[in-house]
Amino acid sequence: MSKEWPLWEIFIRGQHGLSHRHVGSLHAPDAETAVKNARDVYTRRNEGVSIWVVEARHITATAPGDKGPIFEPSESKIYRHPTFYDIPDEVGHM
Amino acid sequence: MTQQSDPKFEALLRLGDNTLILGHRVSEWCGHAPVLEEDIALANTALDLLGQTNLWLEYAGEVEGKGRSADDLAFLRDAWDFRNVLLVELPNGDFGQTIMRQYLFDVFNRMNLEALTTSADRQIAEIAEKAAKEAAYHVERSEGTVIGLGDGTEESHRRMQDALNVLWPYAQELFITDEVDEAMAEAGVIPHPKSLQDAWDAEVRAVLAEATLEVPEAHFGHRGSGKDGRMHTEHLGHILTQMQWLQRAYPGQEW
Repeated sequence: MSKEWPLWEIFIRGQHGLSHRHVGSLHAPDAETAVKNARDVYTRRNEGVSIWVVEARHITATAPGDKGPIFEPSESKIYRHPTFYDIPDEVGHM
Repeated sequence: MTQQSDPKFEALLRLGDNTLILGHRVSEWCGHAPVLEEDIALANTALDLLGQTNLWLEYAGEVEGKGRSADDLAFLRDAWDFRNVLLVELPNGDFGQTIMRQYLFDVFNRMNLEALTTSADRQIAEIAEKAAKEAAYHVERSEGTVIGLGDGTEESHRRMQDALNVLWPYAQELFITDEVDEAMAEAGVIPHPKSLQDAWDAEVRAVLAEATLEVPEAHFGHRGSGKDGRMHTEHLGHILTQMQWLQRAYPGQEW
């Protein structure tokens, strides 16, 4: 058995209405401790209103080698970006 | 023996000196804790305690009325003028002992602060209101670690039990009541220390049981010689030497 604590990925919601954002990772023996550690490591300067922790091994990620097949097909399809509409100023940032 | 001073000043020194000396002790772990996460958490705890110190000692200076600031009280008093309990000036020991001491103090601090939020002294109530939230988090943290290490490996269990055996008699000083406490409790300024003991005992014993630790059959508790300044351990002088040397060597130095 490894003596190293598992790795946890930390997500913090900066303020109400925003999404949780990945801020980094840390080690902890269990989920509750991971939340506490995240509180101490990542929210000391009033950064958050909510913390999510996910054990890193539960995250399924794209493989760097698959970058071409996965992402390149969308590169040439600029018509998927609706940039040709005039947006009224009142709409603000979209 | 010091001249009997204003009991409110004494009571505030007790509050501020407990958090000052413990805060300094905990800060000694900075850069030395067993894992990065604990290192940062301990440093945060130390800073919280020093923040509380600042509020208590600032007000103590005001109550005293001799123009002494929180810094003057922290850096320019000698050992016999300190009013902290012996528990907080003890050396850190290993990580387990540090956490055990923290837990025993944290529960007391949280309960004391919660009671102080209804103090007849408005300023004390306001300081307590602010500090109680930090103290509640400190308990959450140290309690979880006490349980994790107590009910952990054979070695962590042994270390936590050793720590408890050493610290338990010292923790009893938190509830010793003298004439300063009597007078201030009578005036509604602070809770009667004894009134916190049953709740503290119940909560702490339940957690220690969950941590599979045995409360030692203490036939004695350390007498209240720290909080009234009659006698400190030899360790306090060493802390002050380190903490105060700059102001002693270069009086009034600022940066």
